Amino acid sequence: MSKIDVQHINKATKIKRRNDTTNFQLFLLGLPGMVAVFIFHYLPMFGIIIAFKKFNPNKGLFGSQWNGFDNFEFFFTTPDAVRIIRNTVLYSIDYLFLEMVFSVLVAILFYNLISRMALKVYNTIMILPTFVSMVLIAYIVYAMLNPAMGILNRYLGMIGLPNDVDWYSTPAAWPWILTVMKIWNVVGMGAIIYYAALMGIDESLFEAARVDGANKYQQMWYIALPHLAAIIAIQLILGFGSIFNGDFGLHYQLTRDVGTLYPTTDIINTYTFRGLKDGNMSVSAAVGLVQSVLGVIMVLGVNLIVKKISPENSMF
Amino acid sequence: MKKSKKKFTVGQIILNALFVLVCLTYIVPFILLLSISFSSEGAIKEYGYTLIPKAFSIEAYKQIFNNPQMLINAYITTIIYSIGGTLIFLFITSLTAYPLSRRNYKLRNFTTWYLFITTLFGGGLVPTYLINTNLLHLDNTIWIYILPGMVSAWTVIIIRTFYQGIPESLVDAAKLDGASEFRIYFQIMLPLSVPVLASFGFMTLVGKWNDWNTSLIYITDTRLFSLQFLLQKVLREAEILNKMAEQGLSTYDIPTETMRYAMAIAVAGPMLFIFPFFQKYFSKGIMIGSIKG
Repeated sequence: MSKIDVQHINKATKIKRRNDTTNFQLFLLGLPGMVAVFIFHYLPMFGIIIAFKKFNPNKGLFGSQWNGFDNFEFFFTTPDAVRIIRNTVLYSIDYLFLEMVFSVLVAILFYNLISRMALKVYNTIMILPTFVSMVLIAYIVYAMLNPAMGILNRYLGMIGLPNDVDWYSTPAAWPWILTVMKIWNVVGMGAIIYYAALMGIDESLFEAARVDGANKYQQMWYIALPHLAAIIAIQLILGFGSIFNGDFGLHYQLTRDVGTLYPTTDIINTYTFRGLKDGNMSVSAAVGLVQSVLGVIMVLGVNLIVKKISPENSMF
Repeated sequence: MKKSKKKFTVGQIILNALFVLVCLTYIVPFILLLSISFSSEGAIKEYGYTLIPKAFSIEAYKQIFNNPQMLINAYITTIIYSIGGTLIFLFITSLTAYPLSRRNYKLRNFTTWYLFITTLFGGGLVPTYLINTNLLHLDNTIWIYILPGMVSAWTVIIIRTFYQGIPESLVDAAKLDGASEFRIYFQIMLPLSVPVLASFGFMTLVGKWNDWNTSLIYITDTRLFSLQFLLQKVLREAEILNKMAEQGLSTYDIPTETMRYAMAIAVAGPMLFIFPFFQKYFSKGIMIGSIKG
C-alpha cells in the first residue's frame, strides 16, 4: 500500500469518526426531549387499551378485564351520543364562521383608522381577555347573569322585559351566551392576523382606486377583501380540522357545569371530563378515542384539500 | 396614504366612536368586578350588582386577608410552577429543536416524524390521566404542572425553522475550531435564539399562570391548588370562603358574595396590571406562531 493511500484511508476514517461523534452528540442533545415525548405523548397512546376494557380501579390499567367494543356500544346506545356530537360540531362551526367574520371586520376597521396611537390602544384593550383565565370570564358572566343580583336582569327590567329569568336553568339562552362570549374573547387576537395581511397590500392599489373615484367602502370590498380571500379560506379549512374538538374551558367554566344546561351546552370534551370525574373511565376513554380518530381523519382530509388548492399553506 | 389624510373627518370620528364603544364592552366588565368587590354586602343584596358601589366597603378584602393562607399557598404554587415550568419548557424545546436543524444529522427524519405524530394523534384525557396517576404518580405533586407540558412538537418545529435560518458557516467555523455540538448549542445557538424563546416564553407563562385544568383533574391537596383553580372553587363553593373568613362569624354574616369578587381581584389584579407592558411581546409571539415551520 502506498503512502498516499494510507493517508487517504486515515482521512476517510477520521471524517467518518468525526461524523459519528457529531451524530452521537446531536442525539444526546435531542434525547431529553425525545424521552419526554415518549413518556407524556406515546405512553398515553398505549393507555388507549382502557377503551377496550372494563376499568377496575383496583386492578389498574393493565389488570382490568378486556370487554371488546362494549364501551363503544354502550356510548352509542345512550341519547348522550347524538347530543354531544351534534353540540360539538355545531358549536365548532358556529365559532369558526363568526370568529372569522368578526375578525376580518375588526381588521378592516383597524386598517381604516388613521391614528396609529388609537389603533394601538384599541388593539391592546381588545386582546385583554387572552390574558385572563376562563375562570375570571366565568365571574364576569356570573355578574351579568346572576338571577337575583345580575346586571342583565336589571337592565331587562328597565326596558320592560321579564326580569326574573334564571339564566343558569334556561338552556335555550346558552347558544347565544356562549357564542357572544367566544367572539368577545377571541376577536382581538383573530384580527391581528388579518390586519397583518392587510398591511401587506400595495398602497398604490388603493391610490389608483381613489383616482378612479372608488369610495372607502368600494376600496375595502374590491381590493382589501379579495386580498384576504386566500388567508380566510385557509383559516376556515384548517379550522374544520378541529371541528370535533370543542372548547372545554368555555363550556365548562361559563356554564358552571350546571346539569340543567347540558342539552345545549354539553360537548364531547365536557362529557369525557365528567366520565373521568365519575369514574366511568372506560366509556370516557372510548368516547375520547372516537373523538381522536375523527379528528385525525378531519386533519388529514383538510390537509389533502389545502395541498390541492394552496400547497404552501399545507401542514405536511 | 395614512399620513396624508386628516384625522378629524366625519368618517374617522364615527369609526373611533365605534371602537370606543367596543372597548367599553371589554373594560366595563372588569370595572364591574372591581366595583362589586368594594361594595358592602348589604347594598349588593338590596340593589344587585352596580357599576359604582352604592355603599363603599372593604369588608370583603378584610375577610379574605383574615386567613390568607390558602391564597398565599396558591400564589406560591402558581409562581413556582409557572416560572419553573416555562424555563424547563423553553430549554427542552430548544434543545430538541437544535439537532433537527442540522442537515447531516442522521436521525433527523425519524425525529421529525416521531414528533409530528404527536400533533396528529393523542391518547386523550382518560388514558393520559391513568398514565400520569397510576404509572407516574404525578397527581398531587407540583410536577404535574411542569413535566407533562415540557415539550411541544409545534414549538419544536417553529424553533427548528429559526435555527435553520442561522448561517451554517457559523457552525462550520466553530467545528473547525474544535467546538463540540454541546458547545455550539450552548454558546452559539441558545444565545442567538433568546429573542424567539422570549416570545414563546411569555405566551407559555401566561398559559401556565391561567391554568386551572391541571388542578381540576389532578390535585386534591389544597396546598397545591393553582390560583385560577382556587378562584373557580370560590365561585362554586361557599365553604372555602367560610374557611377564610373570621372565625366565630355566623354563616349569615360572612359577606360571601362580595368576597368572591374580592378574590377575583386579588387573583387577577396583578396580571391585569402587568399586562399592558408585555402586550407587544405577546403580539409578536402570535405572529411567529402563525408562520408555519
